[in-house]
Amino acid sequence: MSANTDRTFERISLVCAIGVVAVVFLIGSVLLWESSPVFQKLGWRLLTNSQWDPVGEEFGLVPFIYGTLVSALLALLFAIPFSLGIAIFLTELSPDWLRGPTAFLIELLAAIPSVIYGLWGIFYLAPWLRQSVEPLLIQLNLPLFRGPAYGIGMLAAGIILAIMIIPIIASIARDVFQAVPMHQREAALALGATRWEVTRLAVLKYSESGILGAIFLGLGRALGETMAVTMVIGNRPEISLSLLAPSHTMASVLANEFAEASGALHLSALAAIGISLFVITFLTNAAARFLVWKVSGVAVAGRRE
Amino acid sequence: MTNYGSRRFVNIFMFCASLLSVVVVLVPLFLVLFFIVSKGASSLNWSFFTELPRPVGEPGGGMGNGIVGTLSLIGLACLIGVPLGIFGGIYLSEFGKGRFALVVRFATDILNGTPSIVIGIFAYTLVVLPMGHFSALAGGVALGVLMIPTVIRTTEEMMKLVPNALREGALALGVSYSQTLIHVILKTARAGIVTGILLAVARIAGETAPLLFTALGNQFWSTSLREPIAALPLQIFTYAISPFEEWQKQAWAGALVLIGIVLLLNIGCRFAINNRNMKRR
Amino acid sequence: MAEDKIKVADLNAWFGSHQVLKDIGFSMSEKTVTAIIGPSGCGKSTLIRCFNRMHETVPQARVSGQIQLSGKDIFREDPVRLRQRVGMIFQKPNPFPTMSIFDNVVAGLRLNGVKDKSRLEAVARQCLIKAALWDEVKDKLKDSGTSLSGGQQQRLCIARALAVSPEVLLMDEPCSALDPISTARIEELIHELRPNYTIVIVTHNMQQAARVSDFTSFLYMGELIEHGETKQLFTNPREKRTEDYITGRFG
Ligand SMILES: Nc1ncnc2c1ncn2[C@@H]1O[C@H](COP(=O)(O)OP(=O)(O)OP(=O)(O)O)[C@@H](O)[C@H]1O
Ligand SMILES: [Mg+2]
Repeated sequence: MSANTDRTFERISLVCAIGVVAVVFLIGSVLLWESSPVFQKLGWRLLTNSQWDPVGEEFGLVPFIYGTLVSALLALLFAIPFSLGIAIFLTELSPDWLRGPTAFLIELLAAIPSVIYGLWGIFYLAPWLRQSVEPLLIQLNLPLFRGPAYGIGMLAAGIILAIMIIPIIASIARDVFQAVPMHQREAALALGATRWEVTRLAVLKYSESGILGAIFLGLGRALGETMAVTMVIGNRPEISLSLLAPSHTMASVLANEFAEASGALHLSALAAIGISLFVITFLTNAAARFLVWKVSGVAVAGRRE
Repeated sequence: MTNYGSRRFVNIFMFCASLLSVVVVLVPLFLVLFFIVSKGASSLNWSFFTELPRPVGEPGGGMGNGIVGTLSLIGLACLIGVPLGIFGGIYLSEFGKGRFALVVRFATDILNGTPSIVIGIFAYTLVVLPMGHFSALAGGVALGVLMIPTVIRTTEEMMKLVPNALREGALALGVSYSQTLIHVILKTARAGIVTGILLAVARIAGETAPLLFTALGNQFWSTSLREPIAALPLQIFTYAISPFEEWQKQAWAGALVLIGIVLLLNIGCRFAINNRNMKRR
Repeated sequence: MAEDKIKVADLNAWFGSHQVLKDIGFSMSEKTVTAIIGPSGCGKSTLIRCFNRMHETVPQARVSGQIQLSGKDIFREDPVRLRQRVGMIFQKPNPFPTMSIFDNVVAGLRLNGVKDKSRLEAVARQCLIKAALWDEVKDKLKDSGTSLSGGQQQRLCIARALAVSPEVLLMDEPCSALDPISTARIEELIHELRPNYTIVIVTHNMQQAARVSDFTSFLYMGELIEHGETKQLFTNPREKRTEDYITGRFG
């Protein structure tokens, strides 16, 4: 009888494990099924057309892909130095007593919901950018900073995204650094290296691919982040070199239009955006997992909190 | 050596730079918290928790329906996410070996990295389309799926922390495996697993994107699973992007409540985890 | 006897509230080999890690007392500079895995801003020769340091330590992770280095202490029980506890 319950227990947990795998498959297939009409109708035009006009049934994903990539890369550009700085501070340079509190506050940053960052972005970040930052940038007279200062736009989205992915990259980079064996640090220290030289020689070099993995995880998150971006990016499907211009991302167009899709083809096109997003984040996360594991065997700390 | 001075300078410089990056990143944290508290507190009163939203032009009102809605959605999500997550975690820590366990772990990571809005589309197709309308159920499904990875991971970790000696001790007494699992391993890991669930709840409590086209939101009280239901983060979103000042005020108050819930859960869990680690040492 | 190279007085060391070294005092002459022996956990590693101030890098670790290097108190010196004068070899060979053999050897020099290629090459060659590794690696200097065998890696670490021209070499059980043949090579190497360096070696192996050292210190539970010439200490110990330990009648 007890052997029987043993079997039941094992079976239930196996079923649940299969369930989890099935969910991932289901997500993929459901999206594929839903997007197939638009793929059949428009084919590759979907990926080359830069017009998005649901009423005229014209569906091109280019502006969204552009907006997603640029906002995510912009976010990485801001986030990488700060996250690595934080991770280095926490594992290598901080005095002991400061470590715990700092780590705690950085984790809080990750706990704040996206919609709240968006709220803050609308009412404080964007106005601040419009009044204090963007006028200065415009004076630089670079193609990157052209046009009127709205506050809302690509730059605001990049900054908000950076704030949201910094704790993620920092916490994984920290795990990666902590996995560097102590004897590596001591080797450098005993050669007469300063604290920073120890970090550079023994820690950073040792964890290169882990750092890359952390960055990829941050990228994955930035690509799919929805609410905060929707609230500050301006939601206009236009491609503009200027970071001050409003833009749109794959996630934000889903947030804006999915509930009120104007027809079957529109819905299907939105699902096509969904599956593109799924595939992109899938690849990013798979790469991240591979990279982080390769170096350190740190369980992929793809925490999302 | 002649250049030692410059090496010391670089060392101090890098220390300052890393400290500076911490400070710069904490500035937005404090700004966000500061604005939410200062703007939210003024609109927060008892009726905010008990009343329905008022139409534009009428001051006052509350988000009582959103709070109740969020709690119902969390409950629904737990019905899906908790059993799947816990048993999935048990599978990984106790039974999972070989290739399939790797697949499960990989799927967990992928699920964890999938944007929540994509999971919203999934729930929409699975629940909203067949039913023909938006519903609380659909929102619960979306949030439930979002919970799974966190619960799996903490369950697995916590069960693995249970010393092998305990397992073997029980098994050696002739206790069956399932009994050992239930009475020894799960009991020891229970607090940790609960912490993991609470962290997952903290995460989904603030999720907005997947609810936009599943739970949809509702201006009225509704507890029916088949009807659209209000949710706090959805209301914050709608009010935040509205052009009316009263509504924007309500959004700040809602944000204060939401962040209160999320931070309390997070800080509580953090302390619970730290305490346990201390004891273990 | 020449002037003392290292002089230790009233040395105490702690990990948190746990006192690991108690009132240690002894001295070492220049260009001699001193072995430190004692049962596991008695504080041997802690003692030599005080000599290059590595002990203090451990969180919560503290020291008090005096250590003089060539008559100057090391605790008043800058630890980074001190560590260039006092090199260290660890129990487990720890070459930098991301660097080539060549880069490993010159890592310390590069920190000091030496960029001149021919100078780096000359030093690398010289140190690898001194570490008795040159013949084995001269054709694969670009290979990763971890591609070598354990014994070779340990000699690479010795070459790396020699490259910053230290005066003192600290070795913490340098052979305990090695096979007998590699051990013999390291012991030979210690003999070859003796005329130019002051060497302190921690070892668990009493034969090794007897073979390589001029002086021996016996440490027990954080106290220095006996310090003297190796021959005398092994043949005619003054202390009962030393005798018990070297004859193996111990814990
Ligand atoms: N990082 C540390 N934190 C706390 N206590 C430590 C630490 N390292 C060593 N100790 C303690 O200090 C004491 C002396 O350790 P030490 O490493 O100096 O011994 P040892 O003589 O080198 O031993 P072994 O022969 O095993 O290497 C031991 O009781 C050990 O438990
Ligand atoms: Mg030791």
